[in-house]
Amino acid sequence: MTSAPRWRRFDEWDSRPLRRDQFAVEDSEAGFATFHSPWDPAPSAQVENGRVVEIDGKLEAEFDILDAFIAAHHLDLDVIDEAMAMDPAEVARMLVDINVPRERLERLARGMTPAKLVSVVSMMSSLEITFAYSKMRQRRTPGNQAHVTNAKDDPLQLAADAAVAVALGFDEVETTMRVASNSWANAMACAVGAAVGRGGVLFQCSIEEAEELRIGMAGFTSYAETVSVYGTEPAFVDGDDTPWSKAFLTAAYASRGIKARCTSGASAELLMGFHERQSVLYLEARCLCLQRAMGVQGTQNGGIDGAPLTVSMAGGMRELMAENLIAVWLGLECASGNDTRISESEIRVGAKITPYLLAGSDLICSGFGSIRKYDNTFNPSLFNGEDIEDFLALQRDFEADGGLTPIQEGDMRELRMHAIRAIAAVFDELGLAKVPEAWMLSVAAASGSQETESFSPGEVARISGAIRDRGLTALDVVRALERRGFAKEAENLLMMLRQRISGDYLQTSAILRDGKVISALNDPNDYRGPGSGYRMSDARWQAVRSVRDLQTRAGVLERERRVDPTAAPWLVPKGEAQKGSDPHEVVVGLSPAFGNELTQTTAGHDLIDVVLALTEGIREGGGVPRLVRIRHTADTSFLGLTAARLSGSGYGIGIQGKGTAVIHRADRLPHMNIELFSNAPVTTLEHYRAMGRNAALYARGQTPEPIIVPVDGQALGARHHVRIAMLYAIETGLVIADAPPLGLAMSIGQGGTSA
Amino acid sequence: MNSPLDLYPIAEKAPEAAVSASGMPLERLTLDAVVSGQVGPAEIRISAEVLRLQANIARAAGRDRLALNLERAAELVDVPQDIILETYEMMRPGRLTDPSLLSERAEMLRRDYGAHAIAALIEEAVAVYGRRNLFRRRY
Repeated sequence: MTSAPRWRRFDEWDSRPLRRDQFAVEDSEAGFATFHSPWDPAPSAQVENGRVVEIDGKLEAEFDILDAFIAAHHLDLDVIDEAMAMDPAEVARMLVDINVPRERLERLARGMTPAKLVSVVSMMSSLEITFAYSKMRQRRTPGNQAHVTNAKDDPLQLAADAAVAVALGFDEVETTMRVASNSWANAMACAVGAAVGRGGVLFQCSIEEAEELRIGMAGFTSYAETVSVYGTEPAFVDGDDTPWSKAFLTAAYASRGIKARCTSGASAELLMGFHERQSVLYLEARCLCLQRAMGVQGTQNGGIDGAPLTVSMAGGMRELMAENLIAVWLGLECASGNDTRISESEIRVGAKITPYLLAGSDLICSGFGSIRKYDNTFNPSLFNGEDIEDFLALQRDFEADGGLTPIQEGDMRELRMHAIRAIAAVFDELGLAKVPEAWMLSVAAASGSQETESFSPGEVARISGAIRDRGLTALDVVRALERRGFAKEAENLLMMLRQRISGDYLQTSAILRDGKVISALNDPNDYRGPGSGYRMSDARWQAVRSVRDLQTRAGVLERERRVDPTAAPWLVPKGEAQKGSDPHEVVVGLSPAFGNELTQTTAGHDLIDVVLALTEGIREGGGVPRLVRIRHTADTSFLGLTAARLSGSGYGIGIQGKGTAVIHRADRLPHMNIELFSNAPVTTLEHYRAMGRNAALYARGQTPEPIIVPVDGQALGARHHVRIAMLYAIETGLVIADAPPLGLAMSIGQGGTSA
Repeated sequence: MNSPLDLYPIAEKAPEAAVSASGMPLERLTLDAVVSGQVGPAEIRISAEVLRLQANIARAAGRDRLALNLERAAELVDVPQDIILETYEMMRPGRLTDPSLLSERAEMLRRDYGAHAIAALIEEAVAVYGRRNLFRRRY
C-alpha cells in the first residue's frame, strides 16, 4: 500500500512572504511574555509620612532608578489609596463606558502603580482596548507623522520628499541619518522642504541626545521625540541616561521653547538583553508612569523598535494597543507606533493599522515611511512610500481620518522642483554648495535615491560640518530664502520659530492646523458615544474619498465606448426575426446595445471581431450562423434562451455588449444553460470561436468537450465591476419589454472605421 | 475668577503676553524684522514668564506634572547653552565618579540662576545614583 502523498499546499504556503516572519513561543524566563509573567509583581503601594515607601512589592531601600522616580513624582497621594483599592474589572468597564468621562479615569491613573495599570488593561479584549483608546486619547482631531530620510542623506531629495509629506497632510516630519555627522545638513534640508506648501508642520531630527538638543537650539527643529526611556535600570543605563538626566533634558528643550515627547515601547528591554524576566507590558507601564512623573507632555510608544519582536508573540498586537491605552490614560499625548514593518505579510500590515484608523490617535503613525522602503533610514516603517495609496484607500473604506489627503500627480511635479530649488538656493546663498540643474531634475523625477544623480555622502558631510562649525541657524535660512525669492517658505519657517515665543505648542498633544495650535486643551477629545467626538466635516470627507483615478460614469463611457460617429452601422436590422427551420442553424442573439452604444467587451475585444469569431466558429463546427437583435431583455440567460428558441436546431448563443455569453437550448430553463462564459474580462477571441464551434457541434447532435475559460485568481469583481455596472445600465436602459427580436445583416468594410 | 485656560492659546487670546526672552513681542517677529536684522537668536527664545504662564495653564487643565516640568524649564531659560549641555552630560551614567561635582553643579545653578527646582532634581539624582552605584566609569 502506498503512503499518502505530501499535500503541495504547504509548499505554496512556504513560499509566501508570511513565512519570513518569526513566531515565538511564550517564555517568560527568556523575556517573551506579553501581558503577564510569573516575575511580574502584584500591584501594591504603601505610603508613610507622606512618602511612597513601597511600590508593587518592592521596598524603598531596593527601589531602582525607575521605582525611585515613580515613587517620588508619579503617584498622587490624594488618589493612591482609592485607586489602588479599585477592582480592576470595574475600572476596565469604566474605560469602555461612554458615560464615564475621561477626566475621572485620568484621575484614577494618577494613583496607580505600573502593575495596577496592567491589571486593568489585561482584562480587556483587543476590541475593548481599541474602543477605550478612542475614548481616552487626548486630542480630538487625529494626526499623522512621516519619516523623511534617504539612503544617501541627499539634501535635495530630503527637501523634495519633505514637501511631498506636507502635501500629503502629515502634521509632523521626522528625519534621521545614514551617517550621524550629516545631521545638520538633514536638518536644514528637511526644515526647508517642510516649509513648502501650507506650513505649520512640526519637524524633528533624530540623533544622539546632546547633538539633537544643539540642533534644536539652532532653530532647525520644532520638537524632539526620541527622548528614550527604558523599563529596567540596566537597559536605561545602557541607553546612556537615567530618569533624572532625561527629566533635565526635557526641561532643557522646553527652556528653549521646543516641544518634546519621550519614546518607550515593548520589547526594548528584551532587545537590549535586560528584561529581568518581566512581561513587556509591565516594563512599558513602568516607562509610562515614569514619563508622566517626568512631566513630559507625551510619548511615542507602541513597540517602536521592539514592535516586530512583540508581534512575534501571541497577542502581541493586542499588547501594543494596550500600551498606547495606558499612555493616554495617564494623560499623555500618544504618537502610537505603527512605524515599523512588523511583518512581511501585507495582510498583517493592513490588519495592524485598522484599529488605529477606527479609533483615531494624536499621531496614528509615529513615523509613516513617506519614502521608499530602501530609503527609510529607520528601517522600513509599517507603511512606506510604496503603500501610501493603500493607506488612503483604507481611510476611504472605513470613513476614517488617518490624517492624510490624496495627492494628484500634476501638483507633485511643481512641488518637488520648487522644494529642490529652495534648498539649492539656500545652499548657494549661504556658500555651502552649488547645485547643478541636472541634479535637480534627476531628484525631482526620482522615486528613490537609487535613481538620483546628486550629492555624494562625502559632500554632504562637508556641508553638514560647515553648518555646524559656522554656527548657522534657522534665521540664516529664513534670510537666505527671502533673499532668493522664496518669501512664502521663509514665512512658513518663521512660523515654526514663532511657536517658541508663545509656547502654546508645549501643551499636551499640540499640532498646528491652518496656522493655529490645536491641542488637548483647546481641541479635547470629548467622545461620549455616537454623534460625538471627532467627525470628518463634509469638506474633509470629500477630500479623503477623492482618491486618484475615481471612476465616473462619464469617464467610463468615454473610455469604453470608442464610437466613431462617421461609421455606418455594421449590424443592419432586417425586419422581425422568425423561427428558423435549418437543423444546423445556430442563432446568435445580440443584446440591445451590442455594436451600437457598446463597441468592445470588458476584455477590450472589438465587438466586430467577436461576432466574426463566433460566426466563423459556428461554420467550422458545420453550422449555419444567424444574427438576431434582441430588444426585450439584456440578461445573458434570456438572450441565449430566446436565440435558442428562434433557432432551427434549438441551439443558440446569447451575448451581451460587455462580452458575457451563453450557449443555450430551447428546452432548458432560463438559468440552466449548456455552457456559460461569465468572465468576459478574461474571455478571448479564441474562446468565442470555440463557443461558436461547440454550439454547431451540439446542433449536429455531438457532445463536444465544454470550453473552460481559465481564471488565474484575479479579483475580477474588484478590477471590473464598477465599469461593468455602469456599462450594463446602458443595455438595460434600452430594453423595450415587448419588442420582438429583429433579424440582422452584417455590413462591415463599407465606410467609417471599426475602432 | 477667570481661569488661566481662558488665555490659551496665548498667541490668539493673550498675544500681549507672548514676548520673547529678549523682550520682543510676538507680533513684531515678522519676516521684515528678520531680514532687516532686528531679529537674532535671542529674539526667538521663550521667556521664563511665558513658560510659567503655560505652566499655570497646564495646571488649570489638570496636567500638574507637565506644569512642574515647564516651571523647571523656566528656571533654565537664563542658563547658557553650554552650561545646560554640560550639566546634562554630568547627569548621564558613567560621566562622573565623584558625586560632589554634581552636588556643586546643583548648588551653582541654585545660587547663580535661582534654579531651585532644577537643583532639587539634581540633588535627588545624586542620592539615588549613590545608592545605585551609578558613579562609576562606563567607558
